[in-house]
This record gives sequence, C-alpha cells and structure tokens, in this order.
Amino acid sequence: MAQEPLLEVSHLSVTFATENGPLPAVRDVSFRLSAGETLALVGESGSGKSVASLALMRLVPPAPRVSLGGSAHFCAADGSRHDLLALAPDAMRRLRGNEISMIFQEPMTSLNPVHRIGEQIAEAIIFHQGASHRAALARAGELLEKVGIPDAHRRLSAFPHHLSGGMRQRVMIAMALACTPRVLIADEPTTALDVTVQAQILELLKELQHANGMAVVFITHNLGVVAEIADRVMVMYAGLIVEEGAMVPVMTRPRMPYTRGLLHSVPRIDPETLGSAPLTAIPGTVPDPLHLPPGCAFAPRCAHAEPACAAAPPPLEPAGEGRLVRCRRWRALAEAPA
Amino acid sequence: MTAGAPLVEVTGLRQWFRVGGGFFGRQDTVRAVEDVSFAIARGEVLGLVGESGSGKSTLGRAVVRMSVPTAGTIRFEGRDITRLGRRALRPIRPRMQFIFQDPFASLNPRMTVRQIVGAPLAIQRPELDPAARAGRVAEALQTVELSPAHLDRYPHEFSGGQRQRIGIARALIMEPRFLVADEPVSALDVSIQAQILNLLIAVRQKLGLTMLFISHDLAVVGHLCDRVAVMYLGRIVEIAPTRALFRCLRHPYSQALFSAAPVADPTLRRPRILLTGDLPSPLAPPSGCAFRSRCRHALPACATAVPPLREAAPGHAVRCIRDDVALGPPG
Amino acid sequence: MSAAEALAPAPPAARPRSRAWRRFRRHRLALFGAAAIVVMVIAAAAGPWLIPFDPLHIDLRHRFQPPAGGGHLFGTDQLGRDLLIRLLMAGRISLTIGFAAMTVSTAFGTVVGITAGYYGGALRIALMRFVDAVLCFPQIFLLLVLAAFIQPSIATLTLIIGATSWMEVARVVEGQVRSLRERDFILAAETLGASGRYVMFRELLPNAIGPIIVAATLTVARAILMEAYVSFLGYGIQPPMASWGNMLNNAQEYLASAPWLAIFPGAAITLAVASFNFVGDGLRDALDARLDLH
Ligand SMILES: Nc1ncnc2c1ncn2[C@@H]1O[C@H](COP(=O)(O)OP(=O)(O)OP(=O)(O)O)[C@@H](O)[C@H]1O
Ligand SMILES: Nc1ncnc2c1ncn2[C@@H]1O[C@H](COP(=O)(O)OP(=O)(O)O)[C@@H](O)[C@H]1O
Ligand code: SF4
Ligand code: SF4
Ligand SMILES: [Mg+2]
Ligand SMILES: [Mg+2]
Repeated sequence: MAQEPLLEVSHLSVTFATENGPLPAVRDVSFRLSAGETLALVGESGSGKSVASLALMRLVPPAPRVSLGGSAHFCAADGSRHDLLALAPDAMRRLRGNEISMIFQEPMTSLNPVHRIGEQIAEAIIFHQGASHRAALARAGELLEKVGIPDAHRRLSAFPHHLSGGMRQRVMIAMALACTPRVLIADEPTTALDVTVQAQILELLKELQHANGMAVVFITHNLGVVAEIADRVMVMYAGLIVEEGAMVPVMTRPRMPYTRGLLHSVPRIDPETLGSAPLTAIPGTVPDPLHLPPGCAFAPRCAHAEPACAAAPPPLEPAGEGRLVRCRRWRALAEAPA
Repeated sequence: MTAGAPLVEVTGLRQWFRVGGGFFGRQDTVRAVEDVSFAIARGEVLGLVGESGSGKSTLGRAVVRMSVPTAGTIRFEGRDITRLGRRALRPIRPRMQFIFQDPFASLNPRMTVRQIVGAPLAIQRPELDPAARAGRVAEALQTVELSPAHLDRYPHEFSGGQRQRIGIARALIMEPRFLVADEPVSALDVSIQAQILNLLIAVRQKLGLTMLFISHDLAVVGHLCDRVAVMYLGRIVEIAPTRALFRCLRHPYSQALFSAAPVADPTLRRPRILLTGDLPSPLAPPSGCAFRSRCRHALPACATAVPPLREAAPGHAVRCIRDDVALGPPG
Repeated sequence: MSAAEALAPAPPAARPRSRAWRRFRRHRLALFGAAAIVVMVIAAAAGPWLIPFDPLHIDLRHRFQPPAGGGHLFGTDQLGRDLLIRLLMAGRISLTIGFAAMTVSTAFGTVVGITAGYYGGALRIALMRFVDAVLCFPQIFLLLVLAAFIQPSIATLTLIIGATSWMEVARVVEGQVRSLRERDFILAAETLGASGRYVMFRELLPNAIGPIIVAATLTVARAILMEAYVSFLGYGIQPPMASWGNMLNNAQEYLASAPWLAIFPGAAITLAVASFNFVGDGLRDALDARLDLH
C-alpha cells in the first residue's frame, strides 16, 4: 500500500494525572493506517488499547487531568490533513462520527435507552449531513437493513432494550457507518457476544469494509479474531507497542516473547492432542502502570529475560518482514524454536 | 454403592422460572433447563458448552442445589438430594463446591482473603481452633499459588486472575469431591486464563476431583474435559467423549458453534457455518426441535416433536432426527 | 509456573477506609461538625468538674445575672443557678439520650431491615408494611402519646425516641440488603451451608455498614431534637434536672427580660443537631460505596 496513509500516528502518549502521581497509559505509540486496511490492536487488559483509541477520538478528559503527546495526522475526504490531537474541539466534533467513527464493547451503555434507535441514527445523519428528518430516518432504515437487521424499517421505532446484544451491536455499527467514515475504530465490538453472533458481526464488518474501503482499527484480546480479520497486528504491553507487523508473520512467527506467550496461552481444538500438554501460560500479571519496571516492562514475566533486560528499556527495532519488535533478544529467539 | 456408580446423576431435570406477572403483566414461564439427564463418573470432568442464555449456569446451580429444581432428580454420591432442605444439605455442602464466573462479584468486598478462604471452615467446622484454621487456609492458598503475604488484603487489591484463585481456594478448602466451575476463565485475559486452566488441571489431578466445567468456549472445554455436553435452549443437544465429539460433530448446532469459534492460526482457515439470527426467546421456543429456526438442515418433520436424545455411536448421543449431517474431523 | 510467580505484586489500591477519610476531609462542614461534636462531648463529660458551681444550687441573691456577670460566664437563671453548668449537665442528658436512642433504633432497624431484605417474600412484605404503617404517624404525635403514659426518665425517653425512629434505618438496610442478596458472594456462602444468621450478620451486614452509619448519625440529630421537643412540652426530663428542652421551656416567661436563658440552650440544640447532620452528610459522600467500585 504505497498510497498516503489515512491516519499517521506518531509518538502518541497519554498520561493521566491521578491521586498517586502521573499514570502513563500509552507511551510512544506510532503507526500508520491506509485505506481499506484492518489493524488489530491486541494486548492484555490495561495495556492501553482503549485509551489510545479514545485519545485519537479526543474522548479522553481534557488537560490537566490528561496530558496528550505526539501527533495523529488524519487525511480527510476533501484531501485536507489535520492533527487530531491539536484540532479545535469544534472541528474535531465535525470529524467525529462523520469521517472517524467508533464502536464500543458494551452496546447497551453506548445507546441511549430512552430514545428509539431510528431517532438515534437519524440524529447523527442530521448533525453531520444536514439532511431532513424524514430523509435521515429513511437512511437509518437502509443502514439497519445493510447491517442485517431483519424487518429493518419497522425496527426503527424500537428501543435499545427491545433488541438482543447482537442486534444492538449491529445498531451501533449502523450508527458508526451512518456517514460512511473513512476510519472506524472498533473497541472490542464482539467481546460481549456469543461466538455465533460474533461470527456474524465479523462477517458484516468485512463486507462493509469491502464495500466502502474504510480503514478499521480493531481492538480485541481474542487472537482468533485477529487471525480472522486483521491485515496488520499491533501488540501492546504496558502502554508500549512491543511488536507490530503484517498479521501472518506475527501470528505464525512471533518474535517478542510476550506475543509468543499470548499465542501459546490459547488452547487449540485438535482431537489428536487434546488436553495432553498443559498450556504455556504467561506467569504473573501486568505491571502496575504507576510502578513500571525500569527496563523491559515484560522482564518480570519473561522466560527469556537476562540481567540486561531489567537494566534499560529495549528499543522498538525493525526485525525483517516489515515488522517492529521491542526485545533485545529477538535475534537469538528467532533462531530458537517458537 | 458400587465403585463404578457415578458421583453425580441427573435425571429429567427441569428448572423453570416464572417471569412477569404483577397487576397487568402476563405471567410467563422461562424453561431455563428442560429435561436434562446426565451422569458424571468419579474423577470425570464433564464440560458444558452453549451460547449465553442456553441454561448452563441454571443447570450448574441446580446440580449443587443452589436452587430448588422444578422437576427431575439429582443424585449425589448415590443419594437423592433433589428435595433436601437447607439443614439436610448442610453436611453435604462441603463435598460439592462451586466456582463463580465473575471474580469481582463472588468475593465479599468487606472481607479479607483470610476470612473469605476461611469462611467454609467457620461455617462448617466452627469448633476448629484458630491455629488449625490458619494452617488450612495457608495450605489452600498454597494450592492456588497465592502468597500468605496476601492474607490480610481485601479483594479489590487483587487482579481478576488472583481473585479467581481466591475463589478456587475457598472452593477447595473443604476438600470437595465435586466441583461445578461456571465459566471460571471467561472474565480473564488469555494469558491469565491459561494460568487458571493449568491450575484447575493440577488440582483435579492432585485431589481426584469430579467436575462439571461450564464454558462458552469449545477450545477451553476441549482442553480440560473428558466428556462434553452441548446445550441449546435448555436442552442437551449432543453429549460425547471429547475426542469423539471433535472427530465427528453430529448436531448441526454443535457444528455451527464449532465453526464460529475463531482460531488463532491464520494458516487454518475453516469453512464457516454462519447461523442466522439470535438464540430464540426462551419464553417462546420454536415447536419441535428448538434449533429449527436456525438450522440449515431442517426438514418439515423437525417441527413436529422434540427429537429424542438418541445414541448415534457408543457414548455419543445427539438430539437430531437426521443422521446424515455429521461433520468430519475439523482442521 | 512456580508459586513465586503468581505472587506478582497485587495492584496497590488505597484501602476503602483511607479513601473514605480522604473524601470526608474535603467536606468542610462535616469536619466542623465532627469537631463541634467532640468539643460538646468533652465539655459535657468533663465540664462540670471544672466549673465551681452546683447546677442545683439556688442562689436567690444572684438571680438573672447577665452573661459574664458575677463570675457566671453565661449568667444565671431565675433561681440564680449558673447557666453554663446547667447547660453542660443538660448536654450530658441530651447527648446521652441522643446516642442511646440511636443505638436502640439502629439495632432494631438493622435487624428488621436485614431480616426483611434477606428472607424476602411474605416476611419482607409484612415487615415493610409495618415500617410504612409506623411512618404514617407523625413521630412527634407518637412520642407524645407514649410519653403521656410512661413515667419520663432518661431510660424511658431513650426507649420512646428509639421506638419511633428506627424506620429510616430499616428501610435503608432493607434496600441495601436486597441489592446484595443475589450477589455471587452471598450465593457462595449459601453453597457452603451457611445459616441465615451467618449470611445476614457476617456477609451482608459489613456491606451495609456505610449507609447504617450515615442513618445512625442523622438519627442522633433527630433524637436530640425530639428529646428537646418533648422536654420543652413538659413531658420529658423533669425539673430540677436540666435538659436543653426544659431549659427552653423555663426561659419562655423571661424572653424579654433575660433573653440569654433562651439563647444559650437554643444555640446548643442548633449546634448539636446541625453538627450531627453535617457529619451525616459528609459520611454519606465519604462512604458512598459506588465510589469505591472500579
Ligand atoms: N480515566 C482514567 N484515569 C486514570 N487512569 C486510567 C483512566 N482510564 C484508563 N486508565 C488506565 O490506563 C491504562 C490503560 O487502560 P485501557 O482502558 O486503555 O486498557 P485496555 O488495553 O483497553 O484494557 P481492556 O482490555 O481491559 O479494555 C490502565 O492502567 C487504566 O487503569
Ligand atoms: N432467576 C431467574 N429468573 C428468570 N429467568 C432466569 C433466571 N435465571 C436464569 N433465567 C433465564 O434462564 C435462561 C438460562 O440462563 P442461564 O442458565 O444463566 O444461561 P447461561 O449460563 O447458559 O448463559 C435465560 O433465558 C435466563 O434469562
Ligand atoms: S527484552 Fe528481555 S525481558 Fe524483555 S521481552 Fe526481550 S528477552 Fe524478555
Ligand atoms: S432435528 Fe432438524 S432442525 Fe433440529 S437440528 Fe436436526 S435437522 Fe436441524
Ligand atoms: Mg479496553
Ligand atoms: Mg452463565
């Protein structure tokens, strides 16, 4: 993908001011996102995935409670470029939900329970496109149809609690797509759903992406989902990118011990080897962001750690196949069997 | 009781809930568990999978008598416990324990780890002297690999995985024979999930536990269980030894569930069976085979009666009238 | 995985108690109230030993001394008794009745509320209907009816006030318990074979303690006010024993000539009632369990 990236994030950092001191939730995150591409963001709970994406949407609390660093250049439909982190709140509001949309994990809390879903979708269309109420409602009906809600036009008058979790997530997607965004940020959109419904939603997202050429940042901690939809993967740990690259090499030949650990933690269905060997778990838990280890953040849990690892943080360096790895031992480990 | 008798035997179990009612509301009945029968041999781990709302938790809770079943019988160690009252159940309780899904809701926020893990002793063996109790608590913590340094901390000071360990320690301290684990790893990150699964496997071997392991994740169930039962709308639709099940999935719902589970290996792309729609409302399940509304193999005959659970191969029972839809080994 | 590894440091988090204290400290009025209560309690307890007057000593030569007159800091009353010492003695009685009535009503209300919330069903309906029924009567009316039939003393007044002010606590506890009742940790205790009493008092009660403390604090304020009210109307503490209420009653006749006789007990009642209310409000915010959840 040689074209200019839609979104270019450089050195994004997000620090919360807390009672116990500054809490670095996201540290020096850089990535590019091109049209039609799906970037999966994976990592354990608390690794900063949601905060990073909320920062791009400028949905984190304002300074001084949060300090943002770095830049995020977004290429709008009219060809203009904006730094999302420096944009005036007004201009940001115009982009948000229009050119960049977001869907959240819990569809019930992100839909307003007292408004009919048709009105909620139409509202976004009216705000961003100035359409008439009637036209907006008609468009809302089309969208619901497009996201596979049976009997869509009649459902316009339903309230969120009338719908199942999967249906609500479809409504959220319809809302996010109301203005054909160029970038969609999906924060664990299927985590709360059953696998059968998750499969439907993933299929739907793929179709829509195919039709609109929209770029997707897909946050998940389910590596199966990553293998299913991602073009590229970014693995986060303690606010840092620890491995980034094209999906297949990262998922089949992970270099960073943390990525490996994640992949080996997942049980696989194979009738021949079922349950014969224990899973290789990653010991311990994620570090407390207020007391990060001085060197490699993963060192306390890393089976390959050496004294040097704990001394200084390793850099994020290229490791072939267009991939970046943050581990001082990746060369040695690349030769060892996974 | 012979040595070969199952530890737990459930026959024709039904658990219904009345919902609605009030002044004008219509009263409805949710048939959360409908005519479920199975037995778990001593030392066996039976897995229970299905979508949310299929009745897994309701079944698990009924089996350890956290509820009063609507109909059917539950035998534990050969004894019918279906209708036993609170007092009569009390001496049996220590031998059957429960692990909860939500590691945040299942620990009393105002109690320390010492009190939580020691609660079973305080309740069941109040005569035990403090030193003996402390010893047992320390031992239980050691089994779940938690440090005694944590004894006087409160639950909110722990991560999800650590809390789940505390819950397991509480369940194990009375050395139960039977353990129901209701999605014990669903709320955890994958890496922590693996820690807890390994721990459960280790304690199972150490204590010779019999388990009913509930999960919505087929891979997790496959990893841990000897036999697997698949539930759909309150009924078991397929039950088989794990290996036999994964070699040959016979029920169209099991097939869909299996094929929908994403696999973390991009070189393994399986054909997808996409189910349409959601789980039907348990208030108004379809007539005949409840899976009919989403089944791609449905025939007109499927609407007439609930298919019986029939043995399609030794030890492999399936609730489907068709015999020609089995799905070969996956992968 | 070795034992040491699961021991990874638990995320540090302030204990609920210290967090509550931090929130409480932000409440200026509550801090003021707490300080005022401490001062009043100490003064009422120790003051009479420090002041060289007898509260019952009648000295007709020094009647109606204005404040600071003749060595009497707060002046004297119509019988020449030192007002400050009477105020402190009355404070002993008012505060004692306030705390004791709070204890009685909180204990009773808690038991009713926890029983109703835990057992639910018909028992809950019966108990809560009873609560509603008692609440239907104006408290002061109940109080006067009871006081008219019962020989007033500190103990009987405490019981009477306690018997008419437990309903708030019962309601609060019932609501709290009902919301906790279906939580997994309660189910966990039941699968351990715990008795109803164990679940109620060991598992549920500690989780309802915040709202109970708040309600109890407010009850002290109300009890002090009620005692003053009853004594003011002449059904409560009987002269010559002093209570803030009967001191006010006594002051009525001399409002124009000796206003300090009314001002000091009135101010004492206001200060005590307001302080307990402020502290109650501060505790309500500080102990709000929702703020402790992640
Ligand atoms: N408003 C806030 N104030 C202070 N700290 C915060 C705030 N929001 C998030 N954090 C902290 O930032 C870090 C990253 O959180 P984030 O929600 O991005 O994690 P995540 O990777 O999305 O995890 P999950 O998988 O659980 O969604 C965590 O340590 C979290 O506690
Ligand atoms: N106490 C209850 N009252 C009414 N309905 C209930 C109750 N408990 C469970 N149900 C219903 O029973 C069905 C099965 O629930 P559950 O056993 O929790 O499913 P699972 O554990 O498989 O997700 C659901 O439809 C649920 O809404
Ligand atoms: S730098 Fe060292 S501790 Fe960090 S991941 Fe690499 S080997 Fe492990
Ligand atoms: S009985 Fe009919 S509807 Fe039910 S699973 Fe079998 S084929 Fe499908
Ligand atoms: Mg998140
Ligand atoms: Mg469940």
